[in-house]
Amino acid sequence: MGLTGIQIFKLLPKTNCKECGVPTCLAFAMNLAAGKVELTLCPYVSEEAKAMLSEASAPPIRPLSIGSGENVVKIGGETVLFRHEKTFVNKPGFAILVSDAMSEAEIEDRLKRFNELRYERVGLTLRPEMIAIKNESGDPGKFEALVKKVKSETDAALILMSEKIEALTAGVKVSSDRIPLIYAATDGNLEAIANLARESGCPLAVRADHLEVLSGLTEKLMAAGLKDLVLDSGSRTLRRAFEDQIFIRRAALTQKNRFLGFPTITFPCEMTKDPMKEALIAATFVAKYAGIIVLSDFRGESLFPLLVERLNIYTDPQRPMVMEEGIYPIGNPGEDSPVLVTVNFSLTYFIVSGEIESSRIPSWLLVMDTEGLSVLTAWAAGKFVGDAIGTFIKKSGIADRVKHRQVIIPGAVAVVSGDLEEELGPEWKIKVGPREAAHIPAYLKTGN
Amino acid sequence: MAFQIPQITYSGVIKEVTLGKGSKAVTIGGENSYPYHLFEGGMDHPPRIAIEVYDIPPEDWPETALEPFRDVVHDPVAWARKCVETYGAELIALQLVSTDPNGLNRSAEEAVETVKKVATSIEVPLIVWGSANAEKDGDVLRKVAEACDGMNLIIGPVVEGNYKQIGAGAIAYRHTVIASSPIDINLAKQLNILLGNLGIPDSQIIVDPTTGGLGYGIEYTYSVMERDRMAALSQQDERLQFPIICNMAREVWKTKEAKASAEEAPALGDPKKRGILMEAVTAVTLLLAGADILVMRHPEAIKLVRDVISDLMAK
Repeated sequence: MGLTGIQIFKLLPKTNCKECGVPTCLAFAMNLAAGKVELTLCPYVSEEAKAMLSEASAPPIRPLSIGSGENVVKIGGETVLFRHEKTFVNKPGFAILVSDAMSEAEIEDRLKRFNELRYERVGLTLRPEMIAIKNESGDPGKFEALVKKVKSETDAALILMSEKIEALTAGVKVSSDRIPLIYAATDGNLEAIANLARESGCPLAVRADHLEVLSGLTEKLMAAGLKDLVLDSGSRTLRRAFEDQIFIRRAALTQKNRFLGFPTITFPCEMTKDPMKEALIAATFVAKYAGIIVLSDFRGESLFPLLVERLNIYTDPQRPMVMEEGIYPIGNPGEDSPVLVTVNFSLTYFIVSGEIESSRIPSWLLVMDTEGLSVLTAWAAGKFVGDAIGTFIKKSGIADRVKHRQVIIPGAVAVVSGDLEEELGPEWKIKVGPREAAHIPAYLKTGN
Repeated sequence: MAFQIPQITYSGVIKEVTLGKGSKAVTIGGENSYPYHLFEGGMDHPPRIAIEVYDIPPEDWPETALEPFRDVVHDPVAWARKCVETYGAELIALQLVSTDPNGLNRSAEEAVETVKKVATSIEVPLIVWGSANAEKDGDVLRKVAEACDGMNLIIGPVVEGNYKQIGAGAIAYRHTVIASSPIDINLAKQLNILLGNLGIPDSQIIVDPTTGGLGYGIEYTYSVMERDRMAALSQQDERLQFPIICNMAREVWKTKEAKASAEEAPALGDPKKRGILMEAVTAVTLLLAGADILVMRHPEAIKLVRDVISDLMAK
């Protein structure tokens, strides 16, 4: 809602008591407006002002957490429609569906895939976080047993799905310390499910077929004291579901509609029978605004592209992804293998290391900390220049790993050769590599 | 609280550009809302997929990508025809890989021969993509333009270093140019201004924002495209109101994840489906950011993406 510093200032005591840590109430108001401090730092603010300010400063889309321990899924809290306007903050959780009507073997396989499908990238582990447990059997006892099993065999953040309040109650009973998402409140079960959510302190999904009806339900739930809600607009065709994601995000951000100011849950698993197409529907929701994406299954071939897409879309555009400075051995290099040097912009690293790999010539890649700048930008900024590169090469320890004293620099910075030679001394030979990474394999293969 | 659909009003529209000639000509552009925001605007011309053809047999394609074309990779004409006849290509993108000075460095004359043969053997519009070496493309594409007088090819990438040469050819011989800039909205605009000043009609310009593959910089392309559309549609930035083409297939298929075998990367699942999905997920991401033409490779990925486009635009 964003009050300005001056608007906030009018609500403060204006005593300049300094107890909040800044010299004046105006300065404090400015910090509040910028989101740098919490209102609680002011000991003298009136209750009335507190209520007005907390309403005004509440995030337009409620941030909430599902799960416990190491694997907590945070969703919501988004403040923009387009990632370039600031950044997207809480990436959508990917959930695999497990049903109490499935065979034991099928369930085992799914839990195994959930536990095993992990990918290392840019020093991060890409993984799915959630399991949606569906009560298809209609039997609360079976559901409870499955919830117990999934909870004990995985660290998943859970979504408990049932039409029956008895089943949900049984499921919540054995998993409330894991903070599961209860799915779902509807027009038909509102009071009972609201009680369950309130008593267990678990977040609650709300489903309706029209946004108008949906916001009516959340209004009632909020009046009943519930805060952590997740929206299911009920749409199961791509066009409608896509539009609903946009409507909900816009309603929260541009219309300040508090009743739609919650993260969403989407169900590609219910929108097609074709797993390939399901992946593309999920890809749509990664880019456009889902808080949770429930998939019928996890397979490496579809999960991996989705995890990478999610990583990319949720990368903070204001901060480039960087690699750690150091020596990266590619293809098990030895003491005669070539040595190449590049910058630590992760994209540069990916492309260069990928090309070296495809050359199938084992090599040492030295990655220098250039604060995430690309080769030419880092050079222009004076960070990837002869003396700096020389100092880095000396302290990298590469001289202990190879017998030769040759280093290949990117062709785009051929001009640094002289300075680099000077810095490294006469025993080193500087070789100028290709300008384009794509030409690295040819360069390495011809013995350069 | 009564729910009202939160609509926005746009002040701009993407220019319409017609590609190719005759009954198979394709018109793109014309959007007056953000991609697939059909509740508040329109996309009269749905995005199109061009299937790529190499002018020489590709050396670095993984098995999955090669398999549908194995019988035609030695003959660009047969390859292009197969794309049209078997896979329903609405456009062909001929990649002049052989002209790369860092590769085979074949001459402009040889390239012209190939382009002419392909162009005259298909009716659908033909995109001719050079080696992305500005100097060489300046020579090759200018000669291609001349030799294919009046065929309304789509030629590029046209960059600041060669826009005069290629642009003059496009004006004289009536082709559409692909204005290419390195993932930067200001440079894109600048080049569009230069092309306009040179005298290329707006109806003969499309824009290549430079495409990063999934996991290899797609987020930069994605955001530059979203910014581009925002400037074009909401901020009346007239020099950004051009259709967008993404030459994406090669960015996807050159990655190690698209190439890895099941033995090399068991966690990545079925290698064939994985490659197809990496291409299709890349495509969907770019479509959501505003792509009008995607240059794609695998027939199954193309089929999936066509299906998604029609679902996103379903009544």
